[in-house]
Amino acid sequence: MNMTAIGEGANRAILARLQSRERQFFLKLAAPAILGIMIVVFLPILWLSSLSLFDAAGDWSTANYARVFQSPLYQKTFHVTFIISISVTAFCVLLGYPLCYWLSRLSPRTSGILMVFVLVPFWTAVLVRTYAWLVLLQRNGIINQGLVASGIIDEPLQLAHNLTGSIIGMVHVMLPFLVLPLYATMRAIDGDLVRAAIGLGSSPREAFWRIFFPMSLPGLFAGVILVFVLSLGFYVTPALLGGGRVQMLAQRIESTITIYANWGAASALGVILLVMALVLIWAANRVFGLDKLFVR
Amino acid sequence: MAVQEMAGQKRTEGLWLAVIGSAVLFFLILPTLIVIPMSFSDAAYLEFPPKEWSLRWYREYFGSAEWMAATRTSIVAAILTTLIATPLGALAAYGLHCSSTRIRNAAQILVVMPIVVPIILIAVGVFHLYAKLGLNYTLAGVVIAHVALALPFVIITVLSGLKSYDFNQELAARSMGASRPRAMLDVTLPQVKFSVQAGAFLAFITSLDEVVVAMLISGGEYATITRRMFNALRDQIEPTVAAISTCLIAISVLALIGIQLIGRRGRGER
Repeated sequence: MNMTAIGEGANRAILARLQSRERQFFLKLAAPAILGIMIVVFLPILWLSSLSLFDAAGDWSTANYARVFQSPLYQKTFHVTFIISISVTAFCVLLGYPLCYWLSRLSPRTSGILMVFVLVPFWTAVLVRTYAWLVLLQRNGIINQGLVASGIIDEPLQLAHNLTGSIIGMVHVMLPFLVLPLYATMRAIDGDLVRAAIGLGSSPREAFWRIFFPMSLPGLFAGVILVFVLSLGFYVTPALLGGGRVQMLAQRIESTITIYANWGAASALGVILLVMALVLIWAANRVFGLDKLFVR
Repeated sequence: MAVQEMAGQKRTEGLWLAVIGSAVLFFLILPTLIVIPMSFSDAAYLEFPPKEWSLRWYREYFGSAEWMAATRTSIVAAILTTLIATPLGALAAYGLHCSSTRIRNAAQILVVMPIVVPIILIAVGVFHLYAKLGLNYTLAGVVIAHVALALPFVIITVLSGLKSYDFNQELAARSMGASRPRAMLDVTLPQVKFSVQAGAFLAFITSLDEVVVAMLISGGEYATITRRMFNALRDQIEPTVAAISTCLIAISVLALIGIQLIGRRGRGER
């Protein structure tokens, strides 16, 4: 009796040791990749963020943040960044919600084929798509030609190299980020629930707003946050389609370093951008696992 | 009567939905489609539809030593990135899959971060790190940065593949005397092969299409194609870019088809 008890205890200890060795082995397999991401992505960002806490002489100070929050130049950058990000998010919802709703009601086969129209641009380089919009939106581009030919306008509109162009190009880049989680959520909604509501006497419109719409909200919320966060820190499209007139946060950070070599101010801008992004992403991740976005 | 009215109303609403949905799909695909015919235009300025067709801009692209050097850098960087990120990412996914839930969740957050953190911050940080290490304007620098950016896609894809794999098969192999590496390579790997391949495609495209980091850290002899394109577009719109864009679209579409085919075969075999 006593002997077996001791034996069991020893076995348990051996098992525990084996188990912990096994765990360590698996961690070691993951280590190179995780360390790589830490060293190349996280450490430089942490270091960059730390710069915001020191002044030019290397002393600890909050002067960089004071300057960033007080200078009219930076205030304008924040203002433009928010205006663009909010507009882009709003347009993405207006275009993306009806699209997903329509796709989710088609047969999986048909909507699978139509999703190609979402996936091809999603996997096409952002630079290529921005270039296409530069061509489409220019003064004598196809859109202006069409509008003038159809008599809607007399003079070509200024569509590129300004705020309008930046927003159009960004909506195009961001739309798939809203469509993918929203469509996945809508597909998972049981259509019988809506039919049951109609069968019990609700009008189709009421059934949509009281049954379908609330159930699609998690996907919509995830998409909205993703689009908004990616817009806040977006660089390529506004830099090219804004024609130098539109300065969003990312461009301001870049020019503050490459032109003015003011690392402290750039770092403070970066920290503000990072904190906003992380808080929003954390919220979105709680509602909808974001890793699901990139896996089909 | 009321039922008919309702059905009629439903039909009109369905029609409206189809019209709006198709218009949005058209908006999404239009830019990609417009670049392709433009690249075959003969005009020196951008016009659509082109009046004369020619391969002029392709000749210009393939005849330019600068563009060719940039293309070589980008393709070599993308291949090296894929060759490094795929095995590292697959191993990491395997390790995380077998770790405790707590570690896996923590690591998953860490892994998704590079995708959602503003890329300009990564670019500026890496630029400074490289300035200290002397890696700016080198091929190695581009590859290291792109591996870090591509790893998340590989890890996420392979992790999702492992979810539908029965791990007992590997345990069975090991209980019958297979060593751990043997069991991993001969039993587990063939069954998650498709997600590893899909991850490799994603890694390749991530590296090939990446602009912002490359803009800061690549240059001189080792400027990537996207860096040169960005500069070409900022100064003036060069039609050569249409030819290059068409090549990039072709590569992306081929990769996408590859991923879809792999996905279908993967689902069929499971």
